[in-house]
Amino acid sequence: MSRGAIVLEDEVGFQRHHRVDSATVGMLIFLGAETMLFAGFIAAFLVFRLTAPVWPPPLQPRLPVGVTAVSTAVLLSSGYPMWRALRAARDGDHGGLGRSLTLTGLLGATFLGVQGYEWARLLTFGLTAPSGIYGGTFYTLIGAHALHVLAALAWLGIILILRNPAGVPVFGMYWYFVVGLWPLLYTLVYLA
Amino acid sequence: MRESGAAVLDVHAHHAERGFWRTYVFSTDHKMIGKQYLSLGLFWAVVGGLLAHVMRWQLAWPETAVPGWGEVGPETYNVLVTMHGTIMVFFVAMPILLGAFGNFLIPLMIGARDMAFPRLNMLSVWVFALASLVLLVSFFIPGGAASAGWTGYPPLSAKAEYTGVNWGMDLWILAHALEFAAFLMGGVNYLTTAIALRVPGMTFFRLPLVIWQLLTATTLFLLSVGPLIAGAVMLLLDRIIGTHFYAAEGGGDPLLWQHLFWFFGHPEVYVILLPAVGLVLDVLPVFARKPIFGYRWIIYSTIAAGGLSFIVWAHHMFVSGMDPRLAMPFSITTILISVPFAFIMFAMIATLWKGSIRFDTPMLWALGFVAMFIVGGLTGIFNGSAPADIYISDTYFVVAHFHYTLFSSVVFGGFAGFYFWFPKMFGRLLSEPLGKIHFWLTLVFFNVTFFPLHNIGLAGMMRRIANPLEYEFLVPHQWINVVATVGGMLLLASQIPFVVNVVWSLLAGKTAPKNPWGANTLEWTAPSPPPHLNWGETLPVVYRGAYEYSSPEVAEDWLPQDRTLAARSR
Repeated sequence: MSRGAIVLEDEVGFQRHHRVDSATVGMLIFLGAETMLFAGFIAAFLVFRLTAPVWPPPLQPRLPVGVTAVSTAVLLSSGYPMWRALRAARDGDHGGLGRSLTLTGLLGATFLGVQGYEWARLLTFGLTAPSGIYGGTFYTLIGAHALHVLAALAWLGIILILRNPAGVPVFGMYWYFVVGLWPLLYTLVYLA
Repeated sequence: MRESGAAVLDVHAHHAERGFWRTYVFSTDHKMIGKQYLSLGLFWAVVGGLLAHVMRWQLAWPETAVPGWGEVGPETYNVLVTMHGTIMVFFVAMPILLGAFGNFLIPLMIGARDMAFPRLNMLSVWVFALASLVLLVSFFIPGGAASAGWTGYPPLSAKAEYTGVNWGMDLWILAHALEFAAFLMGGVNYLTTAIALRVPGMTFFRLPLVIWQLLTATTLFLLSVGPLIAGAVMLLLDRIIGTHFYAAEGGGDPLLWQHLFWFFGHPEVYVILLPAVGLVLDVLPVFARKPIFGYRWIIYSTIAAGGLSFIVWAHHMFVSGMDPRLAMPFSITTILISVPFAFIMFAMIATLWKGSIRFDTPMLWALGFVAMFIVGGLTGIFNGSAPADIYISDTYFVVAHFHYTLFSSVVFGGFAGFYFWFPKMFGRLLSEPLGKIHFWLTLVFFNVTFFPLHNIGLAGMMRRIANPLEYEFLVPHQWINVVATVGGMLLLASQIPFVVNVVWSLLAGKTAPKNPWGANTLEWTAPSPPPHLNWGETLPVVYRGAYEYSSPEVAEDWLPQDRTLAARSR
């Protein structure tokens, strides 16, 4: 029997053999593919960014760097309640888990709300996706991330509704990926 | 023959009762899902083959109506070219080599009862079925199916007015998105299953090579598909909301698509090739009755080739107008990648050296793969080095090259695996004479069809032209097109013995024993066909590598992975 192996019996009494937790491995692999998706978007952005003589192109509205800095802080701070939630899930503390996950979700939703408000304002200033490469790359790259936050919030909602703590560790990996990706995108798109 | 892992058959009686829908349609059983992928792939192979037939007829006898189809105009021809490539790569090669064999073999060969996420696996095949439906529908909508080439280069693909195809192109992108989602789910499953569910004793360096190849192919797919999805999102946005990512007039860059496409596209050809190489690597030692040559070095070569495949993509773009300084580095990496593949090919040949070779049908296909793939590999050297490629780029030389590599992978490699594992999949033996007739006819007419394309390509015939007679310099070479077309028709007809064989065998074939070929790997310790959950109450335990043929330690010339020799070796 190899080291670290978990031998289980299934519902009909059949022997089953697990070496490591499948869900964790599966999520890691999925996040690898996700990383490459964003690598593609970022590469496309950089191709345009680095070959442009002037960036941002003239006569384009400026991005809201300050407001986004605040919402960046909000999103990053959600890492703490997520960490609390992971500990609560491990310790079987259902009350603490619900509270921490709710706080995580509220911080994420706040970030997304501010993003949405900014987008609405930028659109009124004339920065649309078809208006040029500047708008196009902004909305696809930032939008791809926003969709990931939205998907994470939907998943969080399902966990809260079903009150099933089994998926929390894997959800935590996804959340940390989405949160951890943002400072990179903020730096590239807003600051650099 | 003795099995140490007790295969208790009757325990499965209560497992078998799952009803028609749960057994054949909405099944979570990896073996059924593999067969579903196989069926969908074979369906598309028929469609893709017929499209090829219409194309070939048009090339041999342009300006005549294709029997059963009618006149082929240039617009229709573009659809044929595009959809033939799309179908063969994404809807035949991937579902059969990766979808069918990956699903069927991975759990069985590593000793798992099923995939790590069986319901995700079922979702994978159904999303693929939906992708198939979307692609099929695109033929019948106003404007017809996509016609911007299987590579979908903008600006041709980005603006409906350039091709006259509107919805067809959007559905083409949608079908790809669904197919990628399907293989993403499958890929996560494959890797997780192989990492988490290997049976006790099944270390990574005891895995059969086909598993290594499937896992490497899956990894390449998972790591390369992201940038293409990003590119496809931008293409769709260009088409639907009018962004300018690929439109030069709006500040975009059409070459960006080519980079994103080929960053995926080159690993993608190994996603197809590696499983086929794996199938052949697992067939050769069984019929040479010899251990595989250089097991670990084959694995290292595979990983090296996989890694290199991410830095060769621009060799598809030597004439695209990219910075010419890139041609040299990409030529070098491309030539470099032939080193690990050459090693694998030599290892295949060395495995045969002094073996007691049996020429059963799977072995013939495996040998056919080795011979034909080497032709494709050698012509690849010309395509890979920029100076030669600039002359032959976008000619039929390239068409011949990638048919010698891809056709040999999908058809020769695929049939090697199919004939080898058919008894395990369906519990029946195929007819050997019919299988051999199928092989020899396919081998001959494959070469009649595709070898002359090298010559006409060197004579200057371009890819994707609807009527070669419109070009005066090609008129003297038109007889080559006729030869290739006649060969192609006979190649299609050569598949009739295969259909007869499969139908006859499923209805009236001999029942397959558990291990008809005397093979070592774990799937042959399960019943043929394996029941749901594959083994009885207990799982097999692995004591040795997969290729201990003609071992002096036992009387038989094979030594299964689950056999312990504890008493004798001490």
